[in-house]
Amino acid sequence: MATSRPTYADAVTQTVAPTTPLPARLDDATSSDATLRRFLHGLPGVDQVGAEARAATLGTRSIKTTAKAFGLDLAIRMVDLTTLEGQDTPGKVRALCAKAMRPDPLDPGCPETAAVCVYPDLVATARQALGDSGVHVASVATAFPSGRAALDVKLADVRHAVADGADEVDMVIDRGAFLSGRYLRVLEEVVAVREACARPDGSRAHLKVILETGELATYDNVRRASWLAMLAGADFIKTSTGKVQPAATLPVTMVMVEAVRDFRDATGATVGVKPAGGIRTSKDALKYLVMVNEVAGPDWLDPDLFRFGASSLLNDLLMQRTKMATGRYTGPDYVTLD
Amino acid sequence: MTQPEDAPVPTRPGPAEVFAYAPAPESRAVVDLRSSYGLFVDGRFVDAVGGGSFKTVNPATEEVLAEVAEGTAEDVDLAVAAARRAQTRVWSRMPGRERAKYLFRIARILQERSRELAVLESLDNGKPIRESRDVDVPLAAQWFFYYAGWADKLEHAGFGAAPQPLGVAGQVIPWNFPLLMLSWKVAPALACGNTVVLKPAETTPLTALLFAEICRQADLPPGVVNIVTGAGETGRAVVAHPDVDKVAFTGSTEVGRQIARTVAGTRKRVTLELGGKAANIVFDDAPVDQAVEGVVNGIFFNQGHVCCAGSRLLVQESVAEDVLARLKRRMGTLRVGDPLDKNTDVGAINSATQLARIRELSEVGEAEGAERWSPSCTLPAHGYWFPPTVFTGVSQAHRIAREEIFGPVLSVLTFRTPAEAVEKANNTPYGLSAGIWSDKGSRILWVVDRLRAGVVWANTFNQFDPTSPFGGYQESGYGREGGRHGLEAYLR
Repeated sequence: MATSRPTYADAVTQTVAPTTPLPARLDDATSSDATLRRFLHGLPGVDQVGAEARAATLGTRSIKTTAKAFGLDLAIRMVDLTTLEGQDTPGKVRALCAKAMRPDPLDPGCPETAAVCVYPDLVATARQALGDSGVHVASVATAFPSGRAALDVKLADVRHAVADGADEVDMVIDRGAFLSGRYLRVLEEVVAVREACARPDGSRAHLKVILETGELATYDNVRRASWLAMLAGADFIKTSTGKVQPAATLPVTMVMVEAVRDFRDATGATVGVKPAGGIRTSKDALKYLVMVNEVAGPDWLDPDLFRFGASSLLNDLLMQRTKMATGRYTGPDYVTLD
Repeated sequence: MTQPEDAPVPTRPGPAEVFAYAPAPESRAVVDLRSSYGLFVDGRFVDAVGGGSFKTVNPATEEVLAEVAEGTAEDVDLAVAAARRAQTRVWSRMPGRERAKYLFRIARILQERSRELAVLESLDNGKPIRESRDVDVPLAAQWFFYYAGWADKLEHAGFGAAPQPLGVAGQVIPWNFPLLMLSWKVAPALACGNTVVLKPAETTPLTALLFAEICRQADLPPGVVNIVTGAGETGRAVVAHPDVDKVAFTGSTEVGRQIARTVAGTRKRVTLELGGKAANIVFDDAPVDQAVEGVVNGIFFNQGHVCCAGSRLLVQESVAEDVLARLKRRMGTLRVGDPLDKNTDVGAINSATQLARIRELSEVGEAEGAERWSPSCTLPAHGYWFPPTVFTGVSQAHRIAREEIFGPVLSVLTFRTPAEAVEKANNTPYGLSAGIWSDKGSRILWVVDRLRAGVVWANTFNQFDPTSPFGGYQESGYGREGGRHGLEAYLR
């Protein structure tokens, strides 16, 4: 491939770094249900109207010419190309892997996507298809998408995915526990899943924690769940499964981006963000990049720290990319349908 | 709060270093600039009687945009005479529902020509196209739509069974929102059956003259709207004209005082919308990211050229450090530059005079011992520019905490208790607006009850709506514009 993406691949195959020690104040926060509740409810609130207005204003940025070309390539490199259907087959997954490694067959300069995201039983297929291309295998796990299963079942789900070669695990939090205020239970589950991500050689699959913001309903909850996941050691926080509406929105992702920014200020640890579901157009993707750029800063404009969970987005990015290069639209017949 | 007590000001590379937004300029081609403009009197563009003219420049480049006729007392006389004729013979006799049709038509033309108006406003005023496009012009159209709806319902407005227009209104408007202030003045006056002689500010006459063209396009009867361009002398002539029944002014407190003196002892009715030194009060339980956003919007919107700007930040001492760190980080992402670039957040200062005033007061602030901070930003070589600036360590005794700077300069003060916040917020000769940031509804209501300000925003700032009255206490003026209340200024 024309582009190499060494950083992330290296990172995941290294030995597990111990969790960055939290400052004492935050460590105390996770010591009991009561302290955790106090901490999460002590976070500053989010004003819904203000947050949505800010996101809408960021959405009016005009990204043209060189900025657009930069943004499109970056967005392609951030895509977790996803298929999560009951009708998925090894053939479908292999096709998706081919697409991920070479999104535009006519242009070897086109970057590859960050990862392919599948159900656990198809991890082995994806692993084989992707080989050492540098495109990661991401697997949803923990009784995705509802998360309604016993903890040992969820952990077995994770271990299976990791054993079959998943580089990244996308877990769902227990929304029932979160909404009923049993925060420590949610935290302990994330910690347990993180441990289940360990491999025999001492390395660990990266953990993305899906908050399912569409079920959390308020931005205050989204901010609390973000901190909860980060305190538990998430490498990424992710908006949605894609199975619940609304999925990712610009303001909800912005609230999560604010959380990772504040978490780094407080702890020095950098956590990534992945909006997933409902991002279909290049224009939308560029709005997210602008938001990340202005809210958290350009440090997060990196596939190691920002991803798009999407399927149809990639083809729109490719069409726009070709249009930037040639000056005309090729149309949907000229991108591959996989 | 979530920040460690000693949170440093976060530093990071500017957006330009990684994701540089390419220039995205709005095209000037949509504007048909003429080299010279006359006065709009009795439905026609005419030269000034004295033949005098002045230049209006683009404050972002100092390029001369056009020569504009300078109206004299004689021109004002002709305009008032035309307005009187139109008022007695046509406009006051016309049924309200007919007047409404003209106002609706004007509102629709404002929408149809919105892009042209927005570009012209940004050229002449220096404000970012994002603001003229998304705020000024849409609001101007909304004002006409709103008051068009009142024109045939005046007897139900609560001002008597058969309210009558006042006659001829002399209106003098400022340069900070040229078209929007025009619509605040013209729409209610016309809806109530008055005719107007309007003097736009000398640095921003162009959108008013384009509005004159729109009046012709709408077939508005001649003389109903007259526009006499010029500077202070012209404004004085409008205010002092004996046949003017009503004076409406928006601008500085100093000029407002002169106007009040001029009209004292006459039959003229007056409304004045003057300066302000609004407090934006941030409590420790505020939604902090939105509060910071509101503080930025409160003072850097329209380069701080806003009479209701939140130019004093009152922040609870227990969260001051965190709020300031966030504020500075946010200010670092403000994009200052070409007003016609769609990604510009802060445009040019409107005039050399205003720039000199902002510089002077900022120097005073430093001399008085306040700490000055601006994000690093490169300002264009030509034109009038001032970076977004924040002063910390400001006390009530500092001039920058008392005087209206009318620029992108924020003074930060702290408070300990709600009572102290109210006391400091009210400790000003002005009283136009205020903002409160708190997640606690009962506290918001407690504070609102005690603030002496015409408009109080809770968990937002600088929101305008034609249905809502706007106006001040004390030296911020008297009378209300907007909403049902705004009709009162044009009826008897």
